[in-house]
Amino acid sequence: MIQARLQFSRGDFSLAFDECLPERGVTAIFGASASGKTTLLRCIAGLEHAVGSLQVNGEVWQDATHFVPTHQRRLGYVSQQANLFPHLSVRKNLEYGWHRTPLHERKVSLAQAVAWLGLEKIIDRDEVEKLSGGERQRVAIARALLASPRILLMDEPLAALDYASRQEILPYLATLHNQLMIPVLYVSHSLDEVARFADHMVLLEDGHVLASGPMHETLSRLDLPTARLEDAGVVIDAKLVAHDEKYHLSLLDFAGGHFWVGEIANSLESHVRVRILARDVSVTTELPVTSSINNVLSARIIEVAEFGRGKVMLRMTLSESQILLSYITTRSLDRLGLFVGMDVYAQFKSAALIV
Amino acid sequence: MDFALSPADIATLWLTLKLATTVTLILLLIGTPLAWWLARTTCIFRSAVSALVALPIVLPPTVIGFYLLLAMGPQGWLGQAMQALHLDLLPFTFAGLVVASVIYSLPFVVQPLHNVFAAIPESFLETAASLRASAGDTFFSVVLPLAKPGVMTAAVLGFAHTVGEFGVVLMIGGNIPNQTRVVAVQIYDHVEAMEYASAHGLSLLMLVFAFVALLLLYHFNSTGRRK
Repeated sequence: MIQARLQFSRGDFSLAFDECLPERGVTAIFGASASGKTTLLRCIAGLEHAVGSLQVNGEVWQDATHFVPTHQRRLGYVSQQANLFPHLSVRKNLEYGWHRTPLHERKVSLAQAVAWLGLEKIIDRDEVEKLSGGERQRVAIARALLASPRILLMDEPLAALDYASRQEILPYLATLHNQLMIPVLYVSHSLDEVARFADHMVLLEDGHVLASGPMHETLSRLDLPTARLEDAGVVIDAKLVAHDEKYHLSLLDFAGGHFWVGEIANSLESHVRVRILARDVSVTTELPVTSSINNVLSARIIEVAEFGRGKVMLRMTLSESQILLSYITTRSLDRLGLFVGMDVYAQFKSAALIV
Repeated sequence: MDFALSPADIATLWLTLKLATTVTLILLLIGTPLAWWLARTTCIFRSAVSALVALPIVLPPTVIGFYLLLAMGPQGWLGQAMQALHLDLLPFTFAGLVVASVIYSLPFVVQPLHNVFAAIPESFLETAASLRASAGDTFFSVVLPLAKPGVMTAAVLGFAHTVGEFGVVLMIGGNIPNQTRVVAVQIYDHVEAMEYASAHGLSLLMLVFAFVALLLLYHFNSTGRRK
């Protein structure tokens, strides 16, 4: 577990953070720019001298009397800029932290890191400045992992990359998530990015914590600013149970039912996360008989909130733990006579799902 | 004209070479931490130290020589300290020349080092720290390799500037053969004695040396940058 109680101020800005974060999985630190995300990460890394205490998986990194310097904190830090050392080759860059890690602390081999981040083709390059942005960032991530960190801190690692490089890296990040036994703190201002692989989310605003909780819970809360974003929506963690080769669809199963998505390459039984945006979900009171929409799930309305002029956000349960959001017009709400507690059918197109 | 160098000329050349090499090595040892401190510190004395280091650039060498002579003399604070330690007084000795030259050439070593250190992004140092490198380790494994062109410039400028000094040497060292008589002083002596041919020989040598030193420096730095 990561226990952090940190206070830091500089000029007008002040950060107050007092949370426990899970010891496994990816925690997204989400918020607008200048909300203190990067500062929080830098305080945890020891790059800023915050006041307070910090414990990572039982190891005290900071308290009233001690301040462990960054180089003794056993962390990995990846920022927007890859910061590869220009005087070293790709291999030497990768080995920089690895050489400085005592033998008994080494948990990752060079071959492993190269495989995880697909660096086989570039490991023998001499000049890191000739690598593409995406390649540099992959080397930076591998280099951080090779120092066998007990926590990986990532500060918008994809923000400086173009769309294509971002798409190139995302699959690596998603697999890392399953392979790493260490917590990852992932700072981002892109919901699309963090919704893909984060398990936990901390929402920051003006240097304080608005919410902290499991990803699917936080994303489904209507009282948080995330629900007001254009791409507001929930995530569903499901299992791939069938492929339909004729129609190029895949069938996913979760506690609240099953639904079709556009064909995905993963093998059967694998774990798949799907993001369903509120604006893509519509509601009917009767089971539709003829419709172009493939997916219909039964749901119960548990909250209705006005979201802007003439629009409402519906919060519905699909199962005990799975929530779905639907963004509809107030006219539809009145026409269908929807109310809290009502059983309805939620439907969404396969094509609209983000896998 | 006969440009041939006399044995006395050769001796001054060797002395100059010995002086410049010693001074350059000492300057790199002192200048590197000083420049690194100047490039990174937020201490309020930073500007004062920078100004102090840069003084030899603007002051006439005779002024520096004069004050050094006072300080090193039997009544000066440095002289008194030396005597208390039962050491020889510095004026009119090779050691005195070294001390004076170190002070006189300090800015020519510190400024190029300062510039190159200041240009190294903080993020590289932070990255090295996150990869378990201590501050000292980072300095030798990241900072110095990245600062190589600046170190070269500093060494060449420090060396060349020491070779070319005259005013400070005359004030501190005087004109003692094999101890303090360097090339610049020897040329002055030749001219005073109307030995223009000998003055030519040494002067031409100095001119060629200075040009070659700067040529190598610019060449090295431009190829370094291209890479």
